[in-house]
Amino acid sequence: MDIHEYQAKELLARHGIHVPRGGLAYSPEQATYRAREIGGGKWVLKAQVHSGARGKAGGIKLCANDEEISNAAEAMLGRKLVTQQTGPRGKLISRLYLEEAVDIAQELYVGFVLDRKEERVMIVASAAGGMEIEDIVERAPDSIIRTTVDPGVGMQRFQAREIAFGLGLDQNLIGKATETIFSCYQVFRDYDASMLEINPLVVTRDGNLVALDAKMSFDENALFRRPEISELRDKSQEDPRETFASDRGLSYVGLDGNIGCIINGAGLAMATMDMIKIAGGEPANFLDIGGGASPERVAKSFRAVLGDKNVETILVNIFAGINRCDWVAEGVVKAIREVGVNVPLVVRLAGTKVEEGRRILADSGEAVIVAETLAEAAEKAVAAWRSATLKKAS
Amino acid sequence: MAILLNRGTRVIVQGFTGKIGSFHAEDMKRYGTKLVGGVTPGKGGQKHLGLPVFNTVKGAVRETRAEASIVFVPPPFAADSIMEAADAGIKLCVCITDGIPSQDMMQVKRYMLRYRFEDRMRLIGPNCAGVITPGQALMGIMPGSIYLPGRVGIVGRSGTLGYEAASQMKALGIGVSTSVGIGGDPINGSSFKDMLKLFEQDDETDAVVMIGEIGGPQEAEAAIWARDNMRKPLIAYIAGLSAPKGRRMGHAGAIISAFGESAQEKVEILKEAGVVIVPTPSSFGEVVADTLAGMKKAA
Repeated sequence: MDIHEYQAKELLARHGIHVPRGGLAYSPEQATYRAREIGGGKWVLKAQVHSGARGKAGGIKLCANDEEISNAAEAMLGRKLVTQQTGPRGKLISRLYLEEAVDIAQELYVGFVLDRKEERVMIVASAAGGMEIEDIVERAPDSIIRTTVDPGVGMQRFQAREIAFGLGLDQNLIGKATETIFSCYQVFRDYDASMLEINPLVVTRDGNLVALDAKMSFDENALFRRPEISELRDKSQEDPRETFASDRGLSYVGLDGNIGCIINGAGLAMATMDMIKIAGGEPANFLDIGGGASPERVAKSFRAVLGDKNVETILVNIFAGINRCDWVAEGVVKAIREVGVNVPLVVRLAGTKVEEGRRILADSGEAVIVAETLAEAAEKAVAAWRSATLKKAS
Repeated sequence: MAILLNRGTRVIVQGFTGKIGSFHAEDMKRYGTKLVGGVTPGKGGQKHLGLPVFNTVKGAVRETRAEASIVFVPPPFAADSIMEAADAGIKLCVCITDGIPSQDMMQVKRYMLRYRFEDRMRLIGPNCAGVITPGQALMGIMPGSIYLPGRVGIVGRSGTLGYEAASQMKALGIGVSTSVGIGGDPINGSSFKDMLKLFEQDDETDAVVMIGEIGGPQEAEAAIWARDNMRKPLIAYIAGLSAPKGRRMGHAGAIISAFGESAQEKVEILKEAGVVIVPTPSSFGEVVADTLAGMKKAA
């Protein structure tokens, strides 16, 4: 789960990391009011969306007076910011963050991630901050410092100190940098983060170390014990199709194709999407219905998939282990009758109680295209989609 | 004996008396698994499904001489249960639980290092379908009927995609020595490489099918190990050809976050290492049949 920059900064500030003075605004008037509160003569107005690369997309503006702040806020609010990371749909700007402008002497990069190979938290730092980490890797690979933390004992101060020296900082900044890096690790660990990135961490002209930007993501599996983080969720930043599904306990990822998928198991779901692509179609979504799929759950999945107006065909592929094909079949029939399925529907069932499941579908008298194998299911779905779109066109 | 599990392996269930634990305990028993008891703290001394319940794993091991444990404990407590099993001298632990925090798994992996290598428990999972040695024993949640006993090993992250592969093989009369689900989490107990090592040494396995997916370095690491060390053919499929970058595809670990983690890149790395590629998820059966036929011809 991602959070906003201002939320990440609040967390960091609470743990002693310096951030610029700033305030949240939902309107141009509030933004100018924040400028009075913060004081000074130069401010930066930043669109709060779950994405990096906001500057290039027009989501960050330097302002010198009320009029500039007000105009910039007016231009940003209610608009969708499209960055390199958001995809073409972009993300809605409904919150702004106004900060005092900082006099920058040097920009650094500090990031914390879960390293799957080492199975530890890895710290990545570079003196070439200010550009995306991918660009640092490409343009200044020698500047990158990597350290991993033993989960048994946690980060040690010498590790933070080594990074501080490795960044080539002035002697009088080593203490501050050590504490900053050390505190970041503690925030990462204490809140079950999966990613924490400060880019840039800046050295100011007056010799301070300030987190100018902050990005954090959290381990969704750990949210049960981090209620203060769960509260930071901003549904306006999510794909509404995904919010609808996740509120109903379904694992869903929206894509750009036309064939809606309802599948059990993440691996089989990915494989079925691949198969659709191989057969010449494009999947509209990833949806894992999970184990123990009741008829109600199947019907909910249909609602989630049909909520996407691009869906022109639905493919259901269930290989039942814990699941039961007869329940899934009942759910399919229930969905057709209650939800209303007005697109071609292909169903492939396999595994536990498959005969009963197929019989329920056949006896229902509903227009269900039945497939026996994975390949047949994908081919029939793509064929049904093609003839449906042809019919529509003619 | 195939790998990890056979009809003689003495198995206990952690989270035995819960709804899910009970359901699968009965299923495993029906399949022929030598189930000797279970653990639910606070319910020690009771009988459940005709088997003794213990408060602690140590107690269960002492009384039943259990060697293996399957964990159905809810995510907030699962890491603790795994460590309890490791400390009680369990040799094989299969954790089915989905949703364990990554930091808990880091702790588990670190904790297990306190035991000497010879005494160290082998952990399979979490968030996996478990282990089955067809015709002998089941420690997991897969439907036993789709596996034919035989001589091809299967190791995969995903449960249902593993079923797909096994059933395609069964349709062509090809059986399985052991099938292992290593799970879909970013940090798991055993890697693809760990399982390939066991299959390579197993006299009852002739070839291995590896079912990978996007995210993480494990498939590539396994392929490179196989190139340098494996004499048996390795056949692989990577799911997620159509998955976008940076999005989590159901499994917590199925996210493309670095170079070499997309399906296309992994397939390239595997091909270069000499792995036989299953091009589509509907061709597991054919590719395995062709590979086995090729081996016969060569012999």
